[in-house]
Amino acid sequence: MNYISGDLNTYLVLGAVLFGLGVFGLVRRPSLIGMLIAAELVLCGASLNFMAFNRFLAPDPTVGQIITLFIMAIAAAEAAIGISLVIAVYRNYRSVETEDLVDLQG
Amino acid sequence: MEISLETARFLAEIIFYGLIGVTIFGGLLATCAKRLMRAVSGLAVCFLGIAGIYYFLGSPFVAMMQLLIYVGAVSITLVFAVMMGEPDENTLRTKVPGLAGPFSVVLGGAVAAGLASLALKANWMEPMAKVNDGSLPAVGAALLTKYSMVFELVSIVLLIAILGSVIIAGSGRDKVTS
Repeated sequence: MNYISGDLNTYLVLGAVLFGLGVFGLVRRPSLIGMLIAAELVLCGASLNFMAFNRFLAPDPTVGQIITLFIMAIAAAEAAIGISLVIAVYRNYRSVETEDLVDLQG
Repeated sequence: MEISLETARFLAEIIFYGLIGVTIFGGLLATCAKRLMRAVSGLAVCFLGIAGIYYFLGSPFVAMMQLLIYVGAVSITLVFAVMMGEPDENTLRTKVPGLAGPFSVVLGGAVAAGLASLALKANWMEPMAKVNDGSLPAVGAALLTKYSMVFELVSIVLLIAILGSVIIAGSGRDKVTS
């Protein structure tokens, strides 16, 4: 019997689905916070791919785990900076929706 | 009662299906929920499912880190942002944002389908031999020897990010009116 948990393609397809969901959310969301949430999904799909390759294909199975840890650190930094930018934008414009953040449009 | 190896693998497979379902459900909730607070909750659920899948990929350490950093820290930070930036949930924009509705479905679907088909078509090469077993001691040794420079750099990046976020968020605040 074939188990899909032991197959590389399962993880790759799941990573692609998460990445696509993130892109979908990035385009669809009208507010900056929603876009930040979707960006986290994109990062998650990428690190899932790294972990899958690490498990099945890498000659040195520590590399993927370390890269995933670094992605987590970068994602935490990205979330902190993104949220402080959202707060700064909210202070100036009283809104976090992308449609309101236009100054030069006539 | 003795459980055979085959039964155990079958049960693990059922749990794996559940984890995939949890992940995709959380992702859909994170992108499609109308209220941002529900979207953040969906994101946390999605991260939980991903942590379980990391466990299946043979790395309990990264699974725990996923729980700690993503579910514990990033989701909570996003909750703060939602509570600060979403003044009244009833005044949320209800109009369809122009092209973005159908366009986002097409774009996201195209990206996902393209990446998945590329991954399925590629001819992946199994490695001849593995250098080590990828256990936690091996990860720790590699972090402190081979990747020590990157490790230090990441901590500096984190420090600068925290300081920068404090400065950016605190800069426009008026100090006299108190």
